[in-house]
Amino acid sequence: MRFLIYMSDYIIPFLFLYIVAFGLLMKTNVFDDFLQGAKDGFKVVFDILPTLIGLMVAIGILRASGTLNIISDILRPLTDLLHFPSQLVPVAIIKLFSSSAATSLVLDIFKEYGPDSYLGRLVSVMMSSTETIFYTLAVYFMAAGVKKTRYTLLGCLLTTLTGIIVSVIMTNLVF
Amino acid sequence: MLNYLWGIMIVLGITVGVLRGEIGEVSKATINSSKEAVTLCITMLGIMAMWTGIMQVAKKCGLVASFTKALRPFLRVLYPSIPKDHVVNEYIASNMIANILGLGWAATPMGLMAMKELKKINQDSEVASCDMCTLLIINISSLQLIPVNVIAYRSQYGSVNPAEILGAGLIATLCSTCVGFAFSVIARKLSYRNGHR
Repeated sequence: MRFLIYMSDYIIPFLFLYIVAFGLLMKTNVFDDFLQGAKDGFKVVFDILPTLIGLMVAIGILRASGTLNIISDILRPLTDLLHFPSQLVPVAIIKLFSSSAATSLVLDIFKEYGPDSYLGRLVSVMMSSTETIFYTLAVYFMAAGVKKTRYTLLGCLLTTLTGIIVSVIMTNLVF
Repeated sequence: MLNYLWGIMIVLGITVGVLRGEIGEVSKATINSSKEAVTLCITMLGIMAMWTGIMQVAKKCGLVASFTKALRPFLRVLYPSIPKDHVVNEYIASNMIANILGLGWAATPMGLMAMKELKKINQDSEVASCDMCTLLIINISSLQLIPVNVIAYRSQYGSVNPAEILGAGLIATLCSTCVGFAFSVIARKLSYRNGHR
């Protein structure tokens, strides 16, 4: 499974090569386009800054007061049974409701244990394979005026659960 | 949603802090965390701008459009009842591509347009159609090529190799999307049998 780490090193450079070479072939103004797109990126980051400040302060308080440790101590007997680290349970649950709140918890894990620790790697893989179910369902179904969502929630929970289980397996295999 | 979540986090955290006599730490954490959010955003400015920049290059040279076209066969399997030349196909494909390329903020408007078209097809019913269920399930299964945010956070907190999780993450997200795909197809078959549309 080591090859997955080598592959990870190739993904970004090859994507760049592919896109820029294709742009040159199609004779588009690659650098002008890049600059224009990069400006949009600034806006995206500035838009989330206030949310991030608010939530990182809240998580900082939860960490410093010891609340996060209490929560994971309470959960430990259950999560030991499932072979899932108790520190990551809050992330997995909060992620169902709010992506930015989950992000703040992930940053807290990085700070406490380091991004290259087992927990740091597992939470990174998990974050890239799960979505904010309840928020997304609310926004989309509100837009369509739908009240009965039938099997949507079941399907969403199933894919999320799959994502988490495979993340644990992959993290154990690869690193 | 966030109003309650955030409020409860603050109240709970400070109460526990007082009870455990850690209020000094809590006070320090409040100030440091807000500063930290800004430092993080500076790292993110770089990585995010790099990503949206390269994606704009891909868009302008027609790569994104050709990816969107490549999704067509999958869409036929996922949404068999939508007419081939209906405009909603375009919205659904753009929504999926934006998600795959990690352009979440661009994905939502496209997804909402798709929902509104599906609502018309569904004759304004209050009960979700199979197409709507499929759209949401595939969306939530979050097939994503590169989680740009995660890489930015990892590099901010001193990872030796921020991108090392890409391969494992890709497999995890592929698996969850396959499950979502299979679930959507099977659930549609079952609900057709029960007379749902």
